[in-house]
Amino acid sequence: MRRVTSEATSHPVLIFWIIAGWVGFVVLPWYGIEDGIFSFDWLVDGFPFDTDYAPAAFLLGQGEKLWLAPLIAPLIAPWLVARRPKTDPLYAKVLILSGAFGFGWLIAQGFGIGIRGWSFDWLEALFGPLDDRQFGMGYGAMLLAASFLFLFTQGIAARGAINGDVFVVSAIGGVIAIVATFVFFPIAKMLTAAFITEEGGYSFGVFAGKFFDDRLWGLDCLINGGRCGVAWNSLFLAILVGVLTTALGLVFALVVTRSGFRYKRLVRALTVLPIITPPFVIGLALILLFGLSGSVNVFVADSFGVQPTRWLYGLPGILIAQVLAFTPIAFLVLIGVVEGVSPSMEEAAQTLRANRWQVFRTVTLPLIRPGLANAFLLGFIESMADFGNPLVLGGNYDVLSTEIFFAIVGAQYDQGRAAVLALVLLGFTLGAFYAQRFWLGKKSYTTVSGKGDSGVHPLMPKRLSLPVLAIAGLWGAFTIVVYGMILYGSVVELWGVNNTLTFKHYVTAFSVRLDEEGIRWTGSAWDSFWTTIKISAIAAPLTAAVGLVTAYLLTRQSFAGKNAFEFGTMLSFAIPGTVIGVSYILAFNVPPIELTGTGLILVISFIFRNMPVGVRAGIASMSQLDKSLDESSLTLGANSWQTFRKVILPLLRPAILAALVYSFVRAMTAISAVIFLVSAQYDMATSYIIGRVENNDYGLAIAYSTALIFVMLAAVGMLQLLVGKTRIGRRTHGNVGG
Amino acid sequence: MVKPRIGGKAAPVSFRNVSKVYGGDVKAVDDVSLEVETGKLFTLLGPSGCGKTTMLRMIAGLEMATEGRIQIGDKDVTGLPATDRDVSMVFQSYALFPHMNVLQNVSYGLGFSGFKKAEAAERATAGLELVGLSGYGDRLPSELSGGQQQRVAVARALVLEPQVLLFDEPLSNLDAKLRRQVREEIREIQQNLGLTVVYVTHDQEEALAVSDRIVVMRNASIAQIGTPRELYDAPVDRFVADFIGEANLLPCEVVDIRDDEAEIAIGPYRHVLASRGLGTGTATLAARPSRVVLDAPGGFPAEVTKATYVGSRMEYTIEAAFGPLFAVREDVDHPLPVGRKVTVGLAATGPVLLPRG
Repeated sequence: MRRVTSEATSHPVLIFWIIAGWVGFVVLPWYGIEDGIFSFDWLVDGFPFDTDYAPAAFLLGQGEKLWLAPLIAPLIAPWLVARRPKTDPLYAKVLILSGAFGFGWLIAQGFGIGIRGWSFDWLEALFGPLDDRQFGMGYGAMLLAASFLFLFTQGIAARGAINGDVFVVSAIGGVIAIVATFVFFPIAKMLTAAFITEEGGYSFGVFAGKFFDDRLWGLDCLINGGRCGVAWNSLFLAILVGVLTTALGLVFALVVTRSGFRYKRLVRALTVLPIITPPFVIGLALILLFGLSGSVNVFVADSFGVQPTRWLYGLPGILIAQVLAFTPIAFLVLIGVVEGVSPSMEEAAQTLRANRWQVFRTVTLPLIRPGLANAFLLGFIESMADFGNPLVLGGNYDVLSTEIFFAIVGAQYDQGRAAVLALVLLGFTLGAFYAQRFWLGKKSYTTVSGKGDSGVHPLMPKRLSLPVLAIAGLWGAFTIVVYGMILYGSVVELWGVNNTLTFKHYVTAFSVRLDEEGIRWTGSAWDSFWTTIKISAIAAPLTAAVGLVTAYLLTRQSFAGKNAFEFGTMLSFAIPGTVIGVSYILAFNVPPIELTGTGLILVISFIFRNMPVGVRAGIASMSQLDKSLDESSLTLGANSWQTFRKVILPLLRPAILAALVYSFVRAMTAISAVIFLVSAQYDMATSYIIGRVENNDYGLAIAYSTALIFVMLAAVGMLQLLVGKTRIGRRTHGNVGG
Repeated sequence: MVKPRIGGKAAPVSFRNVSKVYGGDVKAVDDVSLEVETGKLFTLLGPSGCGKTTMLRMIAGLEMATEGRIQIGDKDVTGLPATDRDVSMVFQSYALFPHMNVLQNVSYGLGFSGFKKAEAAERATAGLELVGLSGYGDRLPSELSGGQQQRVAVARALVLEPQVLLFDEPLSNLDAKLRRQVREEIREIQQNLGLTVVYVTHDQEEALAVSDRIVVMRNASIAQIGTPRELYDAPVDRFVADFIGEANLLPCEVVDIRDDEAEIAIGPYRHVLASRGLGTGTATLAARPSRVVLDAPGGFPAEVTKATYVGSRMEYTIEAAFGPLFAVREDVDHPLPVGRKVTVGLAATGPVLLPRG
């Protein structure tokens, strides 16, 4: 006989979260600890009575921070219903009320009382002056907040939402809470920062003044040869990059799918390059080739007897670097689209007397048009968001992403201007993102129906294949030269001046010494290298977990507001790293959440920057699992958590591995958000390299980049091996669940 | 130790005015009431989109009724999710977990029902024995044939001794020969264990072969409930007559009613059959192809327009004054040529009167 959970009077999950709440309130330090909680110095340093480390209950016991007292009520109330059945209306009511009140009060007091007492004038007017203050919340507050959140979701579930499924409701609540905290809250904070006057008030005039700045929207370059606004620069560059990467991506996709080219696997292997290449490395290689003392530049200048120029710095350099960097992304999109065109359509057209060129022009091309638009928008977004290449190659050609950076770190230090620039950038990328999802989303013609389609794609028509192969060959060769340059540049003494081969840069960066204390990491790069590995390794599993749970909710559950939920979770894909960086600085520099300068803020920024990767990997593989697998597990008495753990997760092992490795690798190559968030204690490899570049120490920068590329190559290679193994281990089960 | 025996804890299912509405206005099931008796095999039969699968999924708890109550045994389960219902389901795709072997698949549900590991393994083994798959426990589902996978799915559902066992088109992924065998096995297990089974199919022959009762559904509601024989011999309307076995629907005139018997006229032809409450006037006559008699004395005139030899019998399309008719004849040695004029009559039993419409 089935045990019926809805009538049970013991609720282990509920008890767990009530106890967790009490632990947060009574045991853990309430406020953030300077040295981090894992230093454990606080344990011997006056805990639990020292007010710096005291749990909330001890603070109250000493008559401090009395505004925390109301939290006791929602901590006690759930005990009263803990032995009632779920179907009892009181059960749901008490949980919802205590969860909502507790969570709400936590947030309200967090925002209401800051480091200078009341955060808002009207609060002071209402309650009189407060001669107390509080800093950022710590692990105790965090645990208590989680406890209240999940009490609330359990109450909602008990009321019958999503068939009373506690796991699903809690997962939705959890994802919404963290996305709201770490995506929407910082963006909103940034939005308000754009309106803040120097006196701390709010004014639309401030925003307008900064928004309608000539440096942003000026059109001088069209009229009298002056400089155009940053926004126009970015837009122009992004459109060029979008068009070029799409065209090149299509060329490569055609070579791989529609030509007799023999080394198709090689072309496919090239797609892994942008994943493992830190974004500015291509810029560095271009400097080695075309910079003032670049080999090609010098060679051409010598041959024609002219002075070598700095032509690379500015639009041409950024353009070449970005096209090199993002063409593989367009290729990845387009190869799926070109392969997705059902061969039988093309074969049908052939039997209807169209020749190869006519088939391509009248059937193939129209069918892949939405894919082309998609690739264009991706290239557009990537170019807009790119930070590393413009920083290295920009010269006088200012773009939004770098301007934001200089507004924050430069002499001008103008948070308001950074916020306005970030908003403009966000506007562009969100526009493209919106177009991609809502305009293209409904227009895809390519469907892989799963029905046997035994046809073969026809080859390209002659008049197309010749130019296509020529372009692909040239660009492919160029890419190889550029990557060769990276490798070569890392072993040259001083580029353009002293071309003797040397391992000097590697030694400087990665030397180790053995002495009586063991291994000494004496190289200058080790610090940032280990930090990078550590932070990436912590972020990767969390990213994968958040991504997969979100993917599960999106593919397997239906609930009110699901579309908004999906939009919200995928949104961070369209938020450029620089925007994330700025908004995190603005939002997490002050209580209630104080994170700047910690490693945690880096981890968090990676989780939300890379979450869409995990979501996509999860969605792609989950939609291949027949829904009847879940349903049969449910009818066999498993609840949805047990189903998720025992059926879905084991079947997703390849997707989990992929999400893990890609979020790891992306965290290692990230620069745009990172550069705002690093601190002396937590420096990352990419920001360290950028620092070397700014000191014109190209040799070390390139050597370090090369080492990073090989580390990531190893990670991706290991993934390929592992995923290959899992497939064999599972044998084929294509006929099950079909 | 006593070997565990898989038994049944069968219970009745009842639907009271149940409706299911999707997206605010699409009615998948419209105000259906139905009593499934204990230990009987009920089949939900109907064309695709008629709501039969939705009915099944509402019993399982995979869909929730928008209105009305559903009861299993003496318990109202309307609001309970699938996890909490004592119901198991065999899916069209079998839905075997590809990462678990056969024994793990079969004992999967037992783990959640409070059985100890050893006990669960024993029950699962007994379940596999019941479906004739002893010794297959270590295989992966992908190493089994379609028929074997199907039996594993049945065993997995059976070992939980559910109050109701559900089948969602269980035979549609099997080839024709295997289908007959598997459906006989399902029927045998159901009768031996006295299970309450609800079975969904769109194949009327399958429905006729396995069911105690058939529920014919049309447009989200029930068209007719009855034993296979009742549905075949006494369909209530044109839809049922046509859906359960092909039927010729002929316009006719009831000329006289005597007691429960009606005399009907089709052209010059006269025939007497049960009146089924109809009065005189125009009506429809449903006659199975095998009940149409060619070269009958006194029959109405018609002409053979198509003659097809299908091995065991001859199939004819004949054209009468009111339109085409479909007839079959066992006599393959003396086929009627196309163009031959025939007189058509009806067999003494079989044809039924339907209200006009």
